[in-house]
Amino acid sequence: MTAYILRTIGQGALVLLAVAFIAFSMFRFVGDPVANMMGQEATLADRAELSSRLGLDQPFPVQFLRFVRDAATGDFGISYRQGRPVATLIAERLPATVELAVLSALFASVAGVALGVYAAIRRRGIVAQGVMMLSLVGVSLPTFLIGIGLIYVFAVELRWLPSFGRGETVRLGWWSTGLLTASGLKSLVLPVLTLGFFQLTLIMRLTRAEMLEVMRSDFVRFARARGIPERTIELRHALRNTMIPVVTVAGLQLGSVVAFAIVTETVFQWPGLGALFVNAVQFADVPVMAAYLVFVGLVFVLVSLAVDLAYLAFDPRLRGTLAAR
Amino acid sequence: MRASRILAATAAVLAAATALAGLPGEAEARTLRWARSGDALTLDPHAQNEGPTAAVNHHIYETLVARDPKGALIPGLATAWRILPTDPTIWEFTLREGVTFHDGAPFTADDVVFSLNRALQPTSDYKGLLTSVDGVSKAGATTVHVKTKGPNPLLPNNLTNMFMMNKAWSEKNNVAKVQDFKSKEENFAVRNANGTGPFVLVSREPDVKTVMKRNDGYWGKSATVPLEVSEIVYTPIKADATRIAALLSGEVDFVQDVPVQDIERLKSTPNLRVTTGPENRTIFLGMDVGSADLKSDSVQGKNPFADKRVRQAMNMAINRAAIQRVVMRGQSVPTGVIMPPFVNGWTPDLDKAPAPDVARAKALLAEAGYGAGFQVTLNCPNDRYVNDEGICQAVVGMMGQIGIKVNLVSQSKTLHFPLVQKNPPETEFYLVGWGVPTFDSEYIFSFMYHTRDAKFGSWNALRYANADLDRKIESLSSEVDAQKRNATIAEIWKTVQEETLYLPIHHQTLAYAMTSSLDIPVDPENQPKLKYVVFKSM
Amino acid sequence: MSAAPLRPPGRLARAWDSDIGYAFRRSPVAMLSTLVVLLAVGASVLAPWLAPQDPFDPTQLDLMDGMTPPLGTNEITGRTFWLGTDPQGRDLVSAILFGSRISLLVGFASVILSMAIGISAGLVAGYLGGRTDALVMRIADVQLSFPAILVALLVFGIFRGVVPPARQEEATLSVLILAIGLSNWAQYARTVRATTLVEKGKVYVEAARLIGLRPLAIMVKHVLPNVTGPVLVIATINLALAIIEEATLSFLGVGMPPTQPSLGTLIRVGQGYLFSGELWILAFPALALIVLSLAINLLGDWLRDALDPKLR
Repeated sequence: MTAYILRTIGQGALVLLAVAFIAFSMFRFVGDPVANMMGQEATLADRAELSSRLGLDQPFPVQFLRFVRDAATGDFGISYRQGRPVATLIAERLPATVELAVLSALFASVAGVALGVYAAIRRRGIVAQGVMMLSLVGVSLPTFLIGIGLIYVFAVELRWLPSFGRGETVRLGWWSTGLLTASGLKSLVLPVLTLGFFQLTLIMRLTRAEMLEVMRSDFVRFARARGIPERTIELRHALRNTMIPVVTVAGLQLGSVVAFAIVTETVFQWPGLGALFVNAVQFADVPVMAAYLVFVGLVFVLVSLAVDLAYLAFDPRLRGTLAAR
Repeated sequence: MRASRILAATAAVLAAATALAGLPGEAEARTLRWARSGDALTLDPHAQNEGPTAAVNHHIYETLVARDPKGALIPGLATAWRILPTDPTIWEFTLREGVTFHDGAPFTADDVVFSLNRALQPTSDYKGLLTSVDGVSKAGATTVHVKTKGPNPLLPNNLTNMFMMNKAWSEKNNVAKVQDFKSKEENFAVRNANGTGPFVLVSREPDVKTVMKRNDGYWGKSATVPLEVSEIVYTPIKADATRIAALLSGEVDFVQDVPVQDIERLKSTPNLRVTTGPENRTIFLGMDVGSADLKSDSVQGKNPFADKRVRQAMNMAINRAAIQRVVMRGQSVPTGVIMPPFVNGWTPDLDKAPAPDVARAKALLAEAGYGAGFQVTLNCPNDRYVNDEGICQAVVGMMGQIGIKVNLVSQSKTLHFPLVQKNPPETEFYLVGWGVPTFDSEYIFSFMYHTRDAKFGSWNALRYANADLDRKIESLSSEVDAQKRNATIAEIWKTVQEETLYLPIHHQTLAYAMTSSLDIPVDPENQPKLKYVVFKSM
Repeated sequence: MSAAPLRPPGRLARAWDSDIGYAFRRSPVAMLSTLVVLLAVGASVLAPWLAPQDPFDPTQLDLMDGMTPPLGTNEITGRTFWLGTDPQGRDLVSAILFGSRISLLVGFASVILSMAIGISAGLVAGYLGGRTDALVMRIADVQLSFPAILVALLVFGIFRGVVPPARQEEATLSVLILAIGLSNWAQYARTVRATTLVEKGKVYVEAARLIGLRPLAIMVKHVLPNVTGPVLVIATINLALAIIEEATLSFLGVGMPPTQPSLGTLIRVGQGYLFSGELWILAFPALALIVLSLAINLLGDWLRDALDPKLR
């Protein structure tokens, strides 16, 4: 187990380095930060001077090595756009994205599994068919349209929920949370729905498919033969076995939750990492972009590790050892 | 399904609760919630010479010389300024007395000397406006002398965004130097401020929210500056649809950067008001007239843009009225010159746009030897000006009608502007908009027409070089005789207009939308100043 | 969208009579969605002949036609358009036809690309095993956990720098295909590898090896047919996903240029008119996108159920 985790961490570090390298080589094509950092009165000489002060005139390998060296010590430099340390910016924006992503994933998993189980049990029912159809319409719509549509209905027309931002937040140490205030909770509803919707349909469809498969397996038949009530079979035996692939895929999808948060955060002016990244791209704010991508890489590494562990937890063959603990 | 009903019920209860809690008392209903697409990059007044940054800073900090909502120069922290009769290279500023900073410190000549020197530092982004300054000195308790390298009649025009900081506060907080992006530390002035302005910074979360409260001891309170707003909550909202939604749903009171297509809808919404007005900015196309051959065109060994007839033909092909009507929904002023009407040197004659004439344009092209047309690439920003991408698309169609096939590359400003700024430029046909903060033609000439070198012509991607013109342009900065100077300006305009060097499209118009209790006019520099706001009864 | 029409007639008949053919004839949903997809493909292929104008040719557009409402008459030019026009005076019928053409092209081409990469990687990894297997699957894991949109953005970023600006407009289409194709191959690789591992141990493969067939031949001839079903299911779902992904990329500003709008670009432009009353600019392209991807998804769903013997 320890060896396994160590190996995964080693591989993770390599992945991070690769991400940093690819990301860094991409930045040269995002634009010239100097153009944004200087007023329109700047002369050619001024621009050249700033460029060399930032080290942007140095060859690519030199810039990359410097970045890796500094990053290894936790120093991601200073944002060209805001003039603030990147590490601080990331720490400041992290809570907003984490709350949004975790709640979306939670919403998608709970609702997705529930609807998926229902659709599997009532495979031929009209409601189940309708839910399946609706989920297809859901995946057929780009996230940004869903977000704007929700804003139009719930913020502009009904005026139930705010259209942008996080509402009032409460500080708990360095963490700022929107979960403790009424306006914070209200602000979460639309972004969570928007971000979770795609994952929800995915998880639901997967749960249904896996559930149908499991329901036909031998051990379910034996259970039936033993006279165990259908409901118990469905919810205890079948569901548990359904969870293995569902957890795997849902976990891997957490990555896309973070990625699609970029779109959701832009639409809802959600002050998270995604919005930070989008602003950075538009300003060619290289230090922020680099740090963000490395951070996202880190999340992926951690998520796949967690998925592997969860997989072990759900694997029936390991059930005994885990239950003993 | 039940869960969602509970959720909806909870939401409704919560909504009712916050509505009650947030109900403002009648006398206190003076908070103004202000939204635009981008946030100020920093509050350090000399670190970023950029629109939204200056717009926010104008509420906290002040300048020696200010502009009123119409763009005219008015006294700010200086009550008077003049060129010393004994020495034309010295400007004398008389400072306002009895002004205090937000922390209580009095505003003195030392603060002015300190602030101007700070703006002159190599890491300052405002040094470009002060290149003519040789030195700043205190000449008395309320007098400051600015010495220039040779006479500079326009210095006060360059000071309207030059904010005054408190020397003691800056030194105490270690911000005597402007933010250096090479350092690893955040400058204290990035998120903290101590100015003399009408509003005091309460809190700042970059990209999220900035709160300012009224400075009750503000020196400038008067009939024209009623200072009715007691609190400003400034929120950047990037997505157009969300920003408009926030206004429609009553979550903000005042919105800038209103998309032109939404103006009609907002106007017809009860309780909302839309104001429109010209910005001090002109949108136009530039092209490489100097190279022997173009890289992006289909013509071998020749540069079609070098032929004046081709440029004239292209100028005639642009149907400015159509762009104004359809792309801009009427929100623009078609023009024939790259100078907004606010600028010294502007005349209605210069402004007259050529009438579209496809037949004559084709004839001119044929005369120049391009009867069969040719192909070029147009570079266009898609996130900088009002409907910039739409304008370029329309131009592509109009050029197509006279046989010039235009390949359109539209991209983010981050990628677009370096193409123009690089030396040599990496674009041969491009769209640019130009604002004139000094409100004088010289600013346009020295950046747009002067031959490109280390000091001048940094936006001249025309590869146009004219030594005679350069001499005239340079003479403007030291000519003290206004009449003679204006004559030279007219002369220069005549030359460059005859050459048809740029293809002007229109002066950009701005729209602000707000609740009908407000009536904020469009500021020509897009820096609305909320100290002027008067609340109307609904 | 079964692969059947691509085969010679003899096989076609066989496919019709097969189990799947039977299931197909019994399912109205499958038939309807096939019809929609075929119609969409047909309309896109024939777009240059069906569309009233070429929306990609700026000289055919009249700016003055801009924002004409559906079936309404333009105040200035007096022209009428079935579905109205966009802000540039583009007839929306033509724009949607040509836009679907691009969206479908991007969809099909990128799916074929992902399939090609994924299947070869999966076959190689599964058959060779050992180090190769570990390496390929690790890359696939990274790829799977890395969101497709980010990979696509990455490819796009590199393209921006490598291709000279003058060539970018024409190259965008191929880059979109490349970007989306490169971001979706891992699923195929996983599936194919799993099947390959199972088939590899079977007696007939052993026998093929004994009679001296080269590994490549064995894989292509004997292993590949066994993975057609699952691969086809993934492909159908990915086709719909690729079309949506293209729309999202357009929204993020890296899709097709506005002079050659895809369905996604049309939607991106249209969403700016949500509040202004010109809803048709958004509604019709969005509707086209929904119908198209719904039909493809339904087909994929049906195919999955039909190919899974346990579900019958």
